Amino acid sequence: MDFKANSTSDSMTNGSAVGPDDTAIALSVDDLTVAYHRKPVIWDVAIDLPAGSLIGIVGPNGAGKSTLLKAIMNLVPRASGRVAVFGKPYRASRHRVGYVPQRESVDWDFPVDALDVVTMGLYSKIGWCLPVRKKHREAGMEALRRVGIADLANRQISQLSGGQQQRTFLARALVQDADLYLMDEPFAAVDASTEKAIVELLRELKSRGKTVVVIHHDLQTVPEYFDYAVLLNMRVVAHGPIESVFTSENLQKTYGGRLTLLDEVSEAMRRRERSL
Amino acid sequence: MIWNWQLDGWIVAAGILCAVASALLGNFLVLRRLSMLGDAISHAILPGLAVAFLISNSRSSLPMFVGAVIVGVLTALFTEWIRGVGKVDEGASMGVVFTSLFALGLIMIVQAADRVDLDAGCVLYGAIELTPLDTIKLLGFDIPRAVVVLGSVTVLNLMFVVLFFKELKLTSFDPSLATSMGVSSTWMHYALMVLVAVTAVASFESVGNILVVAMFIVPPATAYLLTDRLGIMILISTGVAALSAVSGHVAAVVVPTWFGYQSTTTAGMMAVMVGALFGVAMLFAPRQGVVIKWLRNRALSLRILCDDIVATLYRRSEHVAADQVRMDDVSMNVEELTETLYASSRQLRSALARLRRRGELEQVDGQYELTDRGIEHGRELVRSHRLWEQYLVSEASLHPTKIHDKAEKLEHFTDRSLRDQLSDATDSPVLDPHGQSIPPERRGDV
Repeated sequence: MDFKANSTSDSMTNGSAVGPDDTAIALSVDDLTVAYHRKPVIWDVAIDLPAGSLIGIVGPNGAGKSTLLKAIMNLVPRASGRVAVFGKPYRASRHRVGYVPQRESVDWDFPVDALDVVTMGLYSKIGWCLPVRKKHREAGMEALRRVGIADLANRQISQLSGGQQQRTFLARALVQDADLYLMDEPFAAVDASTEKAIVELLRELKSRGKTVVVIHHDLQTVPEYFDYAVLLNMRVVAHGPIESVFTSENLQKTYGGRLTLLDEVSEAMRRRERSL
Repeated sequence: MIWNWQLDGWIVAAGILCAVASALLGNFLVLRRLSMLGDAISHAILPGLAVAFLISNSRSSLPMFVGAVIVGVLTALFTEWIRGVGKVDEGASMGVVFTSLFALGLIMIVQAADRVDLDAGCVLYGAIELTPLDTIKLLGFDIPRAVVVLGSVTVLNLMFVVLFFKELKLTSFDPSLATSMGVSSTWMHYALMVLVAVTAVASFESVGNILVVAMFIVPPATAYLLTDRLGIMILISTGVAALSAVSGHVAAVVVPTWFGYQSTTTAGMMAVMVGALFGVAMLFAPRQGVVIKWLRNRALSLRILCDDIVATLYRRSEHVAADQVRMDDVSMNVEELTETLYASSRQLRSALARLRRRGELEQVDGQYELTDRGIEHGRELVRSHRLWEQYLVSEASLHPTKIHDKAEKLEHFTDRSLRDQLSDATDSPVLDPHGQSIPPERRGDV
């Protein structure tokens, strides 16, 4: 469990990867396959995502979008594949990664307030066994101010609306002060003003040279919010700058039914297993 | 039976230490929704204990701890494994694992009873009353062995919870974020399970491995009802645990003699007392308590009845203004109000008294009439009601026959700013869907 207290020194030694060079790669995934009970969820994913851009991952339900993010962070076992974050394995770069899980993935009745949740983003910087101090709480308050809910800092989290809960999660990602953000459906079921606030935040992060990968459901807003897209349905149908990949033909391929042959072969594999 | 500080003091001390040690960990079992796993581990350690007895032929502590920890961790591992392979849910896979291990342990203990000084009943229910009899020398004092063992485990658990407070909080609340940050929630889980097993072994001689489950789960569950801050929850849970130990022993030793019975088992009484404390918390909890909910409901229905009286009298004055009713009918008596509002006369009396205290109502010769302040309030309510009706028809496309009851409910929760928004959303209507005029926000406005 290596906590890196200092992220700046690392980004300096690794400066070439995130420098002014437009072609720098923030996240590189190669040959990534994940399976649950031998049924593939994502298959042979290979993408290179440019640093300093806003990247939308789109695809139908069950396309493996969340699984892709989780596999990048070693949260689910990979059947095969390599992941490099700023040119290094995830373990070596994880202090440069900020993660925003799906809102439904946690228990909002947990006895903590909004500020508690936000300071959790600092735990790896604080280090094992050391307490949260005043300066950490101040950093947390600053992040809550940036997402516009500083006045709710001491509210127990179940007393927050859906949009406020999502803002709390974003504030937690902000205090992580990462270079690469992975966000799992931050726009799901939020009110219009929260959606606007999130978009502004994403643009601000981009202007500061951060890379943000967002799982997104609303196809209509994709070209407006993102400048790069990954179209995923078990496999990567297309990925690249919005204007070149976000075409009706590619969308048809992504949403026009599952990859039936892959489904068939995995079904055959499971049948074979049972009959043995 | 007479209270004896030398004996009863040590029994209470053992009880407190056992309860506090368990409650400290129990907070995280409850919050991680692993209450059943605490139950499972404390049962499943039985074969571990039995094997340790058989091998070492003694009841010395070390082999027992080792045996129990191994089986405790195996329980957690098996549970995960069976859930993955057997495709059953966690509850069912725990049920499979701990019942079979428990039964195995029971058989081994019964079989070994001839060779080892070990009694199945003692394992199940503990023998906290015997605590003062088995002492060891420590720093020149004769201290009961159980107190030393339970004290050490309490210190261990306290250090674990204090030192890893942050990490426990994070991995319990958001395990995937924790793991992505390098705080492995799996390792935290197994560390917790090891300590649960250790605590269960340390406790089984005192309260037995069934009643220890009560100490793991009930004090934190009680604390969870009383606060929504983790640190305070842990503090309250240890307080509840200690209180149940003290009151449990008192209730076991002293109370039965009042009724001419012999004293009863302390461990059992501790579990009963902690259950009673939970019951008290459930009744009187500040936010979700049964009593406070009942009071809140009563206050709300009184407020709604007050609103209804005012709105009824306001509507009556509208009819008078429209020359539909004779002039002196602007007021109503108790019988008329009871008939219109379907309220019991007791509720109505307290609502009327409240409105008179607030200066919204005055009574002349048994007839009730709105004051200026009352008319103001009535206009707000009727305006809210009719704006909602208009909104429900024009924006929510409901049929005009279906809107009255909904508006009747919503009007009680509609304030000035919501009325303004409703008015804006419906283009500031003058008439509601039934053709009745919507009164202006302030008198004289059009």
